[in-house]
Amino acid sequence: MNEYSRKMIKVSSVNLFREQDAGKPPVLDVRNLGIDFGGLTAVDGFNMTIGPTEISGLIGPNGAGKTTIFNLLTSVYQPTRGSILLKGIDTKGMNTAKVNKLGIARTFQNIRLFNDMTALDNVKVGMHNEIKCSFLASLLHLPSYYKSEKKANEKAMELLDFMGLADIADQKAGSLPYGVQRRLEICRALASNPAIILLDEPAAGMNPSETAELMHQIRRIRDTFQIAIFLIEHDMNLVMNVCEGIVVVNYGKIIAKGTPEEIKNNPAVIEAYLGKKKEADA
Amino acid sequence: MKKLWNNKTTRTNLTTYLVVTVAFVVMQLMSSFGQLGSAMKGYLIPVCAYIVMAVSLNLLVGVCGELSLGHAGFMGIGAFTGIVIAALLQDAIPNDTLLLVVAMFAGGIMAGIFGFLIGIPALRLRGDYLAIVTLAFGEILKNIFSNLYVGLDSEGLHMAVSTGKVQLLEGGRMILDGPVGATGITKLSTFPMGFVLILFTLFVVLNLINSKEGRAIKAVRDNRIATESVGINVTAFRMKAFVVSAFLAGMAGTLFGLNFSSLQASKFNFNASINVLVFVVLGGMGNILGSVISTAVLYILPEAMRGLDDLRMILYAVVLIIVMLFTWSPSVKNAVQSVTASVQEKLRKNKKEAVNNE
Repeated sequence: MNEYSRKMIKVSSVNLFREQDAGKPPVLDVRNLGIDFGGLTAVDGFNMTIGPTEISGLIGPNGAGKTTIFNLLTSVYQPTRGSILLKGIDTKGMNTAKVNKLGIARTFQNIRLFNDMTALDNVKVGMHNEIKCSFLASLLHLPSYYKSEKKANEKAMELLDFMGLADIADQKAGSLPYGVQRRLEICRALASNPAIILLDEPAAGMNPSETAELMHQIRRIRDTFQIAIFLIEHDMNLVMNVCEGIVVVNYGKIIAKGTPEEIKNNPAVIEAYLGKKKEADA
Repeated sequence: MKKLWNNKTTRTNLTTYLVVTVAFVVMQLMSSFGQLGSAMKGYLIPVCAYIVMAVSLNLLVGVCGELSLGHAGFMGIGAFTGIVIAALLQDAIPNDTLLLVVAMFAGGIMAGIFGFLIGIPALRLRGDYLAIVTLAFGEILKNIFSNLYVGLDSEGLHMAVSTGKVQLLEGGRMILDGPVGATGITKLSTFPMGFVLILFTLFVVLNLINSKEGRAIKAVRDNRIATESVGINVTAFRMKAFVVSAFLAGMAGTLFGLNFSSLQASKFNFNASINVLVFVVLGGMGNILGSVISTAVLYILPEAMRGLDDLRMILYAVVLIIVMLFTWSPSVKNAVQSVTASVQEKLRKNKKEAVNNE
């Protein structure tokens, strides 16, 4: 069927947070994931599943290993232990580009846009593998080139419009305001047609009204494209309002998992964020 | 047509083609009316070859963001391959233009193959390290040419790396004679063919830049990690840029080589590579028309100043510095802008006064 089918592994049934996902196999199934940098264990025993249309959050104090987990999921790092099953396929040994083709796209904590290119071109780079045009056709601008470019332009404009960025399509990405750059990065990630999208601190540097707009957009992305979203965020208001399932990590290990309500009242989470109550205060 | 003109990329591309064509027509007319000195006429074809070199290097340095210091090596491969092919097929292809085209493609393909082979180890590196490795490859290639002996006789081609090994039958001749270089070359290159090669190069490079491949190449330059994250294999696209660039440099080499009756490998040394890089940098990274213009001006300038003897290279250096200041330094740019603005203001005032006086 596809080139990865030989690696197919049977996915175990798991508890999912969203009713609509019940009975469906998870899009992402992470088992006992761990990575060591020299003697330092950055992530250890990380287990989680994400349903095909679930919005999940990953929170934890600074330096807890959240971005490292994202880098493992996208094969920027190869894990020391454990496995990652994306749509039931083990991503072991694949490079970042291959994992993206399989269906995982991401944004970055420190924005990584193509600054010298227009917003439209940024999205079109995201669509690279969707554009069907041979090297020779690109080189000689054969009719198939014009056809594929026209289609790509239309689809890219649709995506920009969806994220409310249509009017800045011709501006250089590097000259855009911070909040707009964040949204453009999401747009570029969506353009690669993923099954799951990882957002690394999407609300960082945004003001409250921009954050409110972002929350609305995150839900709209899920509802429109029917994809899973996994996000790292420090803005608790956003995480608690948008996410259906939350994982809390500290020192590279999971300390709590559950719905927003469960997480809010979990003593281990409160301790990780606020510290332990002193005996004398009790 | 108007719609086409409103698109910024199309406009830039059309301007590029137009400028090159006008320059060609002017030169051709001047030459046919005897307005060009014989020295100037001699520069026309080398300038064409160097323009192609600069445009192809711009694809690598400006668009892909990879610094290469061995571009002249690929030019050398193209030149010597072209010379050998032209000598070999001289009898088979009676038409000179066709023979030149065949030789050019042979030179280009050979350079492309070498580009691919060199790219496999070299493109594992980035930035300064890649620059050093390409520099080394350029020098290695040059040294291989100065030790290569190729002879042609009725039995066909004979190749060796030492002079004694090439035993030719009666009537045979050496095409490549080691350090002496290639001699007895039939001059096939013509100015119109140089112009056609420039157009071909512009067509390939501009088309490539404005396609999905070109976008991926630019994306690699702007941000590697983000490029990988959207499913683009970074190494493959750096390789594509490298091979296309080498291919065009090879074609330029053939044009250059078949313009002289004899040619030594030392023409393709480190200096030649650096010169091309200077053309690219001063013309503007990623600016194709800029490369064309800066090559034409900066190649002819030192030759035109030959009458000044010792001052020549000093003046050349001063010109390079001035061009650099005017194209890159923000303070000089601002100063120029304010001067032009005040001049415009004055002109407007004068006009107003003139109107008022009436």
